[in-house]
Amino acid sequence: MRAVLRRLVPRSLLLRNLLGVVAGLVVVVLVLETTSPFRNSQFATMSYYAIAAAGLTVLTGLNGQISLGHGALMAVGAYTTALLLQGGSVPFPLAMLAAAVVTALVGVVVGAAAARLHGPYLAGATLALAVGVPGLAIYFDGLLGGEQGLSVRSPRPPGWFADAHYFLTAGELGGAKYLAYIGWITLLVVVLLLANLMAGRYGRVWRAVRDDEVAAELAGMRLGGLRILAFVVSAACAGLAGAVLAMVVRLAAPSGFTIVLSLSLLTAVVVGGLGSIPGALLGSALLVFLPPAVTNLGTGAGLTGVQAAQLAPFVYGVVLVVVMLLAPGGVMGLLRRLWRRGINQGGST
Amino acid sequence: MTLPEASETRFPSARSDPAPLFAADGVTVRFGGLTALDDVSLAARPHEVHGVIGPNGAGKTTFFNVCCGFVRPDTGTLWWRGEPLPGLRPAQLAGMGIARTLQGLGLFAGLTVAENVMVGADRFRRTGFASALFALPRAGADERRLRERADAAMREVGVEDVAARHPGSLPYPVRKRVALARALAADPELLLLDEPASGLGAGEMAELGELVRGLTARMTVILVDHHMDLVMSVCDRITVLDFGRVVAEGAPAQVRDDPAVIDAYLGEEARHG
Ligand SMILES: Nc1ncnc2c1ncn2[C@@H]1O[C@H](COP(=O)(O)OP(=O)(O)OP(=O)(O)O)[C@@H](O)[C@H]1O
Ligand SMILES: [Mg+2]
Repeated sequence: MRAVLRRLVPRSLLLRNLLGVVAGLVVVVLVLETTSPFRNSQFATMSYYAIAAAGLTVLTGLNGQISLGHGALMAVGAYTTALLLQGGSVPFPLAMLAAAVVTALVGVVVGAAAARLHGPYLAGATLALAVGVPGLAIYFDGLLGGEQGLSVRSPRPPGWFADAHYFLTAGELGGAKYLAYIGWITLLVVVLLLANLMAGRYGRVWRAVRDDEVAAELAGMRLGGLRILAFVVSAACAGLAGAVLAMVVRLAAPSGFTIVLSLSLLTAVVVGGLGSIPGALLGSALLVFLPPAVTNLGTGAGLTGVQAAQLAPFVYGVVLVVVMLLAPGGVMGLLRRLWRRGINQGGST
Repeated sequence: MTLPEASETRFPSARSDPAPLFAADGVTVRFGGLTALDDVSLAARPHEVHGVIGPNGAGKTTFFNVCCGFVRPDTGTLWWRGEPLPGLRPAQLAGMGIARTLQGLGLFAGLTVAENVMVGADRFRRTGFASALFALPRAGADERRLRERADAAMREVGVEDVAARHPGSLPYPVRKRVALARALAADPELLLLDEPASGLGAGEMAELGELVRGLTARMTVILVDHHMDLVMSVCDRITVLDFGRVVAEGAPAQVRDDPAVIDAYLGEEARHG
């Protein structure tokens, strides 16, 4: 049975990953077309969390570097996008690309500093980034709009896209849905590229450097270079996430990039399972869908609106603690364990 | 135990005294007030096994750390193929063909055995980041090439059956072999083995001895170990360290009867009470 399945899977890594992405795209279309505009906008939110979390799980899970500053890197991407879209002459894909490149360049600098730091020092340095960068927006308020931030012209669907959409679904293409498509297509591209990296040489040597520096160096690994590279890849993802965020919320403002954002990303990655891209997606979904669900449950159980709203962070904290205690490998680690147990019990079948 | 005079005749090239592949000349290393290595010189000739022995704390591992670029000597020079080696970084030395196993295991716990060994073969990759990012066919070909090298190394030490396992799930002697396979996958010209026999049973040790002897067809080996049977039967030459100083050097038979060596080891017994 397994042998048959294996023969159906293409041997080339790229084809295999592309197949996964195409399947993902089908699911995305189905989900976005069958859900309400409100859900569409929730999925758009999830997409930028997931893009950033996927990049972060590579950095923290595969390379063992913690970052409390990814929210700040998202800010770099968001402001870059906001500035470029201001004039109305730059097409948004170009602005997104620029956001990724600019944030990657910031990642080189931060990564070079981070490569020399370990554990609490690295956490402290990236925390400083998270706290400091939003301050820059206030300092340069002429360019970056101070507390109010910059409003962002969200892209409107071009005619051909709306036509194609109508042709395929016979449905209306709302603004929220279009942004959700942009976010999810970006996410699928990011996941494809990260999956390529993880399955190949870089995934292997990043994990080697994480597990044993001395042995990795003896095997010829350049520790600094590999660490910086992991940071840059992760920063580019954060930049793209920031770009999507800016377009979805139509605003790049300091209040959107507080330390809470950085911590949320980290919890998403930990809850989902460090180093796992499906885990990062799962964690991001939880981040977006759990709080409203809990609030609904709360009001349903007779709590006042304020009480119910306070319940959400509490439940989120409880989920985090429970996962850390019961499933240190995160949700994906737990699923893998159950899957393996299932196979063992299944015996020879 | 058979006397290893046979090794002289098995390798006739050794008699003609060829230029050393690798040499240390007057290496001194101080850690604060402690002199870990004191004017140590050693020449490893091509296709020989050069033993380095000495009591605990004699400076053997420190000597390897100097050879691999982890510790900069305060004075002294390293030579590679008759040229002085400038102070290179560990990764650069690895790229030149110097591989080493660690006194501990130093395996990557989160990698499978095959992946561990592929990391050892990494210096043979030909493609870079962009190929990996877009999973281009040449990146795939590169991976297959590394995997083939890893397979060969795993077969050589007999761990191909556990290629898909993680090191943590394997018995200690098997992990030792994996560590050796990782070093061999680099196809080194100089292989530094730091206590490869620790934790092995008698049978496994004999196998290891044969394996190391067989490696000399392709490479030069410097071997540190506390098991005298192994060292005496495998090495062509031996350097004896005590308190960071070379106290004896020569063929195994010579070294074994050297009073200074007996002193060093008797001294150790006295130190341990
Ligand atoms: N990085 C370091 N800093 C300070 N002292 C060190 C360092 N590395 C080694 N030493 C000291 O140098 C001396 C030589 O140590 P080394 O590890 O080289 O001995 P060894 O011959 O390998 O011993 P063993 O047989 O126990 O492995 C010891 O006294 C050790 O404590
Ligand atoms: Mg030692």
